[in-house]
Amino acid sequence: MSSAEIAAVVLAAILAAVCVVFVSRPFLREPAPSGDSLDDLTPGERERLRLAEERDRALAALKELEFDHRTGKVSDADYREQVGPLRRQAAEAIRALDIGVERPDGKSRD
Amino acid sequence: MPELGRAALVVALGLVLYAALAGGYAALRGRRRLLDSARNALFAAFAATAAASVVLLVALGTRDFSFVTVARSTSRELPIGYALSAFWATQEGSLLLWLLVLTAMATAALALNRRLTSDVLPWTVPILAGIEIFFALLLVFVSSPFETAPAPADGLGLNPSLQNPYMVAHPPFLYLGYVGLTIPFAFAMAALASRRIDERWIVATRKWTLGAWAFLGFAILVGAKWAYEEVGWGGWYAWDPVENAALMPWLVGTAYLHSVMVQEKKDMLRVWNVVLIALTFSLSLFGTFLTRSGILNSIHSFTESSIGAWFLGFIALVVAASVTLILVRLPLLRARTKLESLVSREAAFLYNNLFLVALALTVLWGVLYPILSAAVRGVALTVGPPWFDFFAIVFGLPLVLFMGLGPLIAWRKASLRSLGRSVAWPSAAALAAGAGLLAAGAGSSPAGLVGYTFAVFVAAAIVLEFARGTRARHALGDGGWAASLAGLVGRNRRRYGGYVIHAAVVVLLVGAIGIGGFSTTREAKLAPGDSVRVEGYTLRLLGSTQERGANASEVRAQLAVSRGGDDIGTISAGKNRYFAEQQTSNEVGIRTDWLRAEDLFVIADQFNSDGSVFVKVIVNPLVNLIWLAGAIFVGGSLVAMWPDAREQRRLERRFAEQKAFARA
Repeated sequence: MSSAEIAAVVLAAILAAVCVVFVSRPFLREPAPSGDSLDDLTPGERERLRLAEERDRALAALKELEFDHRTGKVSDADYREQVGPLRRQAAEAIRALDIGVERPDGKSRD
Repeated sequence: MPELGRAALVVALGLVLYAALAGGYAALRGRRRLLDSARNALFAAFAATAAASVVLLVALGTRDFSFVTVARSTSRELPIGYALSAFWATQEGSLLLWLLVLTAMATAALALNRRLTSDVLPWTVPILAGIEIFFALLLVFVSSPFETAPAPADGLGLNPSLQNPYMVAHPPFLYLGYVGLTIPFAFAMAALASRRIDERWIVATRKWTLGAWAFLGFAILVGAKWAYEEVGWGGWYAWDPVENAALMPWLVGTAYLHSVMVQEKKDMLRVWNVVLIALTFSLSLFGTFLTRSGILNSIHSFTESSIGAWFLGFIALVVAASVTLILVRLPLLRARTKLESLVSREAAFLYNNLFLVALALTVLWGVLYPILSAAVRGVALTVGPPWFDFFAIVFGLPLVLFMGLGPLIAWRKASLRSLGRSVAWPSAAALAAGAGLLAAGAGSSPAGLVGYTFAVFVAAAIVLEFARGTRARHALGDGGWAASLAGLVGRNRRRYGGYVIHAAVVVLLVGAIGIGGFSTTREAKLAPGDSVRVEGYTLRLLGSTQERGANASEVRAQLAVSRGGDDIGTISAGKNRYFAEQQTSNEVGIRTDWLRAEDLFVIADQFNSDGSVFVKVIVNPLVNLIWLAGAIFVGGSLVAMWPDAREQRRLERRFAEQKAFARA
């Protein structure tokens, strides 16, 4: 075996060892954690997230409608027709979030 | 040190295998530490692949001919830049580049979306690892860049066509595009597997998709510039299967970038979007397969190999797994909202999607047909440019029209009256331009005339959008006009960056129609002192020269060029004969008139013993707008990709609310 080959084997072994340590790091750092499960969302939390998305979507749509109206892309009549339903949609999502659909422990927030 | 390269690849394979198995188990059973460990394995796989890449680069740089790859693709006289570019010019090197870019991007995407990938989309880790396994397996067992043999005295050299600066740059950009599309695909599939189909995966991958798409588009243009200068037939895009291989995922990716906006705004097209991203990724794999399998007879395909069957199997696996996952999750993907009106921004996006996908599938059929006919009937039929040109016009012209119409239509619903008011000014500008061009004689190419008219419509629509937006912001007291424009773009980077990209497409269209519809060609056999005239240019053969270059002998015809009686310089065109490669390449002469964006393009086809030269002279009007479009495209992409801190804060606030509620 030439010296270059020996150097290559040594470097390869170092690379493999460093990789093994790095991959084991989560177990080395927390050998006995208090909890080891992934932070999964409950159905209630998922519903709240959906409502928050719906609220943000409606608010963004309202903002866009205002801007399009100001630039003249949306006529006064179109604006009046669309602004009401969008405001209602945003308000319903905000109300549902305020009421609290379900807490993670399954109980209602109120 | 081939042993180090081989060992590094084996380590990388072991790491990605572990990441797939451990990551899959952790995602299935909800094990946090195991998932973190699997993610670390993916990070480490990048380091191992980078080590292997350094070994290959050193071997190429030092011309270590004991590496079979180095001996086959370089020579002692090959300039260092081209020697290093052999990394991606060879099949095994290009596979290593795929894995290097993929592991680098996976590392960056996982690190930047740590929370999302650790507890929201845990399946991202095993899916990315699964894709990496394929390339690592190929590199370790099928096509190793570290194969060795007794070193010859000199290497075989690099294909002369690849000894061009544009071809040095083209493959890395192309791979950044192809491989970058893996990230949105992996996140989309992880979202389906995790049943987390809210908008987080879209937000997390938006920049990746846009970046990959921009790299792919830029790579197509760099490849076109190479073809224009190096292949030397006077055109820029010939519907070659390898060119089409990059175009198809770009077209479907374009459709996805538009339709995903509809999902973000309206929560519609969920199924369509996951189908599009799966199709885009599959087409990027198919593109690599076409280039690297040796199945095609193409001027752009430089390898013949046995990896085709492996690629086909992997593509089949990706398609089958994606379709199954989408079908299983179909009930979750059902849209909650419907299209409110056929005259709306989302409807316009849908129409543009249909044209884009139709064009991509038509191109796919044109690529597949010769392969299938050879396999089924034993006769290799070809699908030529006229077929592609026809469908490019049929689908492309309405696409351009919708590119102008879309931004002018409001979201949700637009009355015909307000639409009429919005399109009036762009339509008037387009009709006036069309009439002017017709009067100027542009009617010789009807499709070109319609294309130019539509291009003016889109350009006017873009100007109108910027003008109306700036005026509205100015009315809100947003400082001066420049500050209002800056504020407008800064607050809506994706939209206005998108409009700049539309402008790039318009500029490209004008250039492409110019060269495609209005170029002039003249062929002549010239003896020294003879002249040929074409489109106002006069070219007089001064004589021929022969020189010895670094790694080739160069023969050139020298021609004096004049226009309107004024001498405007000389132009030389000829051939290079490469010593090591024993091949000849055409070296065209190009003289650019920047004011007209026009090229005088000269090909010296044949040098005769009596001193005469057979030349082909082409005048390509507006062709340089194609390259200018590339610069505008990059600028628009950067604007659209620029991070938006406000949106990031909005999303963080949304999740913080969620956490606060959970603790209440």
